[in-house]
Amino acid sequence: MAVRTRTLATAVSAPVRTGALTAQRHRTLWGDVRQRFLRHRLAAAGAVAFLLLVLATLLGPLVYHVRIQDVDFAAATSPPALAHPFGTDDLGQDILARALWGGRISIAVGLAAMLIAITLGTLIGSIAGFFGHMADTLLMRLTDVFISIPQLPLLLLIIYLFRDALTKRIGTGAGIFLLLVGVIGGLNWMSTARLVRAGFLSTREKEFVVAARCIGAPAVRQITRHILPNVVSPVIVAGTLAIGSAIIAESTLSFLGLGFPPDVPTWGRMLFDAQNYLTIAPWMAIFPGLLIFLAVLSINYVGDGLRDALDPQLVV
Amino acid sequence: MAIPLATLLASCGGQAATTVSSTIGTASSGAGGSSVQASSTGASTQSAGATTTASSAATAASSATAASSSSAATSAAAASGARGKAGTLKMLFWQAVTILNPHLATGTKDVFAARLVLEPLFTASIDTGQLSPVLAAEAPTQANGGLSSDAKTVTVKLKPGITWSDGEPLTADDVVFTWQYVAEPATAATTVGNFLTVDKMEALDPLTVKATFKGPNPSWFSQWLGYNGVILPKHILKDFIGAKARDAAFNLKPIGTGPYKVDSMAPGDLVVYSINDRYREPDKPAFAQVQLKGGGDVVSAARAVFETGEYDYAWNLQAEWPVLQQIMQGGKGDLVTAPGQGIEQLFFNMSDPNKDVNGERSHFGTPHPILSDPKVRQAISMAIDRDTMAKQLYGDTAVGPTVDVLSVPATMKSTGVTIPHDVAKANQLLDEAGWTKGADGTRAKNGLPLKLVLQTSVNSLRQKEQAIIKQGCQQIGVNLELKTVPADVFFGGAAGDTDNVNHFYTDLQMFTSSYTSPIPISYMRRWSSVDPARDVPQKSNQWSGNDYTRWRSDEFNSLYTQAQTETDTQKLADLFKKMNDLVVSNYVTTGLVDRKQADCKAKWLKGPNIAVFDANTWNIADWTRQG
Amino acid sequence: MTTYVLRRLVVTAPTLVVISMVVFGILALAPGDPLSQFASNPDVPAEVRLQIRHDFGLDQPVPVRYVKWAAAFVRGDWGYSFASRTPVSGLILQRVPTDLSVVGAAYLVAIVLAIPIGVVAAIKQYSWFDHLATTFAFVGFSLPTFFTGVLLILIFSVHFGWLPSIYNTQVRAPGEAVKQAIMPIAVLALFQTASLARYTRASVLDNVRGDYVRTARAKGLAEPAVVLRHVLRNSLIPVVTLMALQLPVVFTGAVVTEQIFRVPGIGALLITAIQTSDTPVVMAITFVFAILVVCFNLLADLLYGVLDPRIKYT
Repeated sequence: MAVRTRTLATAVSAPVRTGALTAQRHRTLWGDVRQRFLRHRLAAAGAVAFLLLVLATLLGPLVYHVRIQDVDFAAATSPPALAHPFGTDDLGQDILARALWGGRISIAVGLAAMLIAITLGTLIGSIAGFFGHMADTLLMRLTDVFISIPQLPLLLLIIYLFRDALTKRIGTGAGIFLLLVGVIGGLNWMSTARLVRAGFLSTREKEFVVAARCIGAPAVRQITRHILPNVVSPVIVAGTLAIGSAIIAESTLSFLGLGFPPDVPTWGRMLFDAQNYLTIAPWMAIFPGLLIFLAVLSINYVGDGLRDALDPQLVV
Repeated sequence: MAIPLATLLASCGGQAATTVSSTIGTASSGAGGSSVQASSTGASTQSAGATTTASSAATAASSATAASSSSAATSAAAASGARGKAGTLKMLFWQAVTILNPHLATGTKDVFAARLVLEPLFTASIDTGQLSPVLAAEAPTQANGGLSSDAKTVTVKLKPGITWSDGEPLTADDVVFTWQYVAEPATAATTVGNFLTVDKMEALDPLTVKATFKGPNPSWFSQWLGYNGVILPKHILKDFIGAKARDAAFNLKPIGTGPYKVDSMAPGDLVVYSINDRYREPDKPAFAQVQLKGGGDVVSAARAVFETGEYDYAWNLQAEWPVLQQIMQGGKGDLVTAPGQGIEQLFFNMSDPNKDVNGERSHFGTPHPILSDPKVRQAISMAIDRDTMAKQLYGDTAVGPTVDVLSVPATMKSTGVTIPHDVAKANQLLDEAGWTKGADGTRAKNGLPLKLVLQTSVNSLRQKEQAIIKQGCQQIGVNLELKTVPADVFFGGAAGDTDNVNHFYTDLQMFTSSYTSPIPISYMRRWSSVDPARDVPQKSNQWSGNDYTRWRSDEFNSLYTQAQTETDTQKLADLFKKMNDLVVSNYVTTGLVDRKQADCKAKWLKGPNIAVFDANTWNIADWTRQG
Repeated sequence: MTTYVLRRLVVTAPTLVVISMVVFGILALAPGDPLSQFASNPDVPAEVRLQIRHDFGLDQPVPVRYVKWAAAFVRGDWGYSFASRTPVSGLILQRVPTDLSVVGAAYLVAIVLAIPIGVVAAIKQYSWFDHLATTFAFVGFSLPTFFTGVLLILIFSVHFGWLPSIYNTQVRAPGEAVKQAIMPIAVLALFQTASLARYTRASVLDNVRGDYVRTARAKGLAEPAVVLRHVLRNSLIPVVTLMALQLPVVFTGAVVTEQIFRVPGIGALLITAIQTSDTPVVMAITFVFAILVVCFNLLADLLYGVLDPRIKYT
């Protein structure tokens, strides 16, 4: 695996006296990462695209005033036209309006669930991989338990136990959001944990890490400064893939009655509702599918850029 | 599991939609009397391009001759070819068959599959309610001495010469044994409800059975009717009564008197049948082999018949009408429909679902703060656009919009109540009742906003119905929140399931309820509260009561009690109509769409007739290839 | 190493017991009722319902039910399905061949495709091949399998009529058998290839710039040799992790695909059982899955040691 050392940490903070040397900017690991990321064209493009998507879903409904729940059978399944730029679905509802409105939820759920899954997975994998012995055994067996649990009955149980209590306390929308994100994130960290642990196992014995141990670096420093940046590559891949699957998972949960009410038009749900209309009204599936694809793809390139920016041997 | 959550659950989406039909309530009658006479001749079933034949149940029954053909539809569906000449028939159920013993089965698909092999004594027409004999020689009446004058005993004769597929003769002992098998509590038979009124049954001679009831019973036939009343062979199952019932190999490979026998059965997947050589009609059945495949979803099942022609018959096409229409353009098949799938209904909660009384909500004694006012219920009923619902969502798979809760047989159909779709009038009613519109469009009265929650099962059709109802509510200032519950939980009966229909912890709920007998007395229990401790779902009876709406009406209760023992057919029909009118005019429950059964078949397939209170496969012996 | 293996094996049994308890508890407590048919049937009186529950053993407290189940399981009695009232073991064993031939085949196809694609995409980073592979991976990943399945059916079965859309276990002719397996395998493999290729690519990228690779090239080794002998082996660790995680899933099958194409695999059995609350079936399948998970994770851990000699198991 690539090796990243702290050799470039030397910074000249005091002004240089001799004229021959030119002053160098203070460089930090993450400053370098940011700089290299921005120079990566595709990553920058991906970041911009994603930002645009987010802005569109946040601001769009304020600008485009068509209502999302106007049932109008006369206009059902009509193709994209000026009145309905994305066409209408089988109930006559405007697809563009629904896509903009529901996009907020899809993106929010996707990001939040991914963050939870990745954080949990990295935490557990790091501790297990670094400390070994009892911690490793316990945590990995915990991982095994989670992998073996049948997710659907567990979901039913969690929703049944917590939905009413949560919605009473913080309202339906926020309550369901928390529940969904918690459930999707909380059931998807296992592969990340195993990947991180595997990376730790092999990086832990590398020379620079041993060196850091020798000079007395505490565990946290070893993990965060030395090992993690080198192990982060599969985590990034997992993260980018996790967003897409979180968006889809949300739609399936809502479809099962375990998530948002049926009239909330998240992208995944719109895709699900469209599957029987592929021959009648393909635009019902094309637009939400395209949006999910764009979101996932742009995040992927951001991830790629991140991965490259963190790779010290890649000459940018 | 390590499968991405999305993929695991995505499947459930498809499957969840499909579990709805099997959990539609089925009720068969349980009490009372005389045979059902119908004056109208068998009505034909309508569908787009369907080639189903008219049910001639009426003609066969009224002739009441002995040894008539076992299948009542003896018209155009008569076998044109000799036995076994028509090749293989491939059928597709989108819920897979898991067991082939109807008395232990929990799904309609299981009993439909078993019906190729096992037969009851009678079947009945959906349109007229007329009985026609299958294994019985004729329908007993007071005239031919089969029914006693006090409607407490019935004597029925079997057709002579019928044998089981293993050669043993069918005798009255088998009929009596079936009753013993089902009535034994340890068997845990699922059809036991139909046998509750039977006091005893005895075999007077090898071909005659006499049943004695606990009281006068207008539905004396219910334990022998259709798929709830198939006769089991004593010589095979006599050691498998009670707890041992589940060990019988019969459950997956039944021996019967029907036209087919089971070659192989993979539960949850495929059943393969071949001809029963001992079937009593020598020139039937036409198909040498039947393959019954299960699983998947509705839409792809329809595609397999209409578009790709991979299958010849698919069952229960519950899908949105525009989707079905599109698929039907494939041209390789026809829709087969009949009324009687049940009525999609909206239930109003008379009790308060948000108030907790000793750990239970929707308590019988707490009136609903909003819905107790009949004007509000009426306004909501009037704001629903039933026409659009029926036309846009169901199309030819519904008889049409309806406000009633009873529609078949025709004698039971009431025309007493009409509820127009009138938004203006509905708004007026709410204004009169003191609900004033607020700034956000929602009405309020004394600080209480008009907010209601509507729950139903997960099913894309139902979700669209919810959208239509919600829009109607918006037009009259009612803020309607939609809730969906997975079908298995929604129709489940476990005491802890608070989201199910029995608990009814929301203000409104919607589902289809149907029945399997021409005298739907048990179906009407849904609104009776004769014994509140037993009839109203509550903690003390583990929520097993039937009065979901927590409605109490002494008038209804007395009508119901009368109907249980009324033996005069005309009076009985009037009683049912009155009960329907009472429920509907009080806006306790309102009908939405009168649904049809909708199957589909390959264009070349002749014979299916599903207008019966029986399995759709009841007359498979008559199915044949055209031309 | 052997002490490590022994220690892991010792831990296996308690792990499995804990898993079985957790799963049993979840299934027992989750809402859902195997008798859901009866709730809306006013004809089944309360006494009968209670009797049926008793017959199914549902009226006993959860710990008692668990002990009974566990005792029966170790004796080889996996319980009786509520729906079919037949032994669960028979139901599962009936489906294993189909499962292996469809889901197992898809798994192999995914591995065979994904690793080369990932490697080439990494070595020629940002070339047209890489972009194509990336886009393909993301199309495969952002479109749920229920969608791609339906799409394929529409194209190949309905429009062209080349392939059957419904899997039929009665088919004997090998040509037909292959034709009906193509689409389900394709849908499954697409999904799995996408993710596996991404992980492979990332892992190879991490390794392809190492000093030893430069040395190998400087030595004059041909590029394929460099890649195969040096880079690949070191890149395989995350890939092995994923493959080990995926293999038990072959046992539970691919639920969506099995449903769309009506392949009678174990996944379809599982999902139907979950939805009808047929607890014995769910319990049996889940527990066998747990056993496989534990075993394959152990195997993966041992493989790490083989692939990367620096990994020490203390």
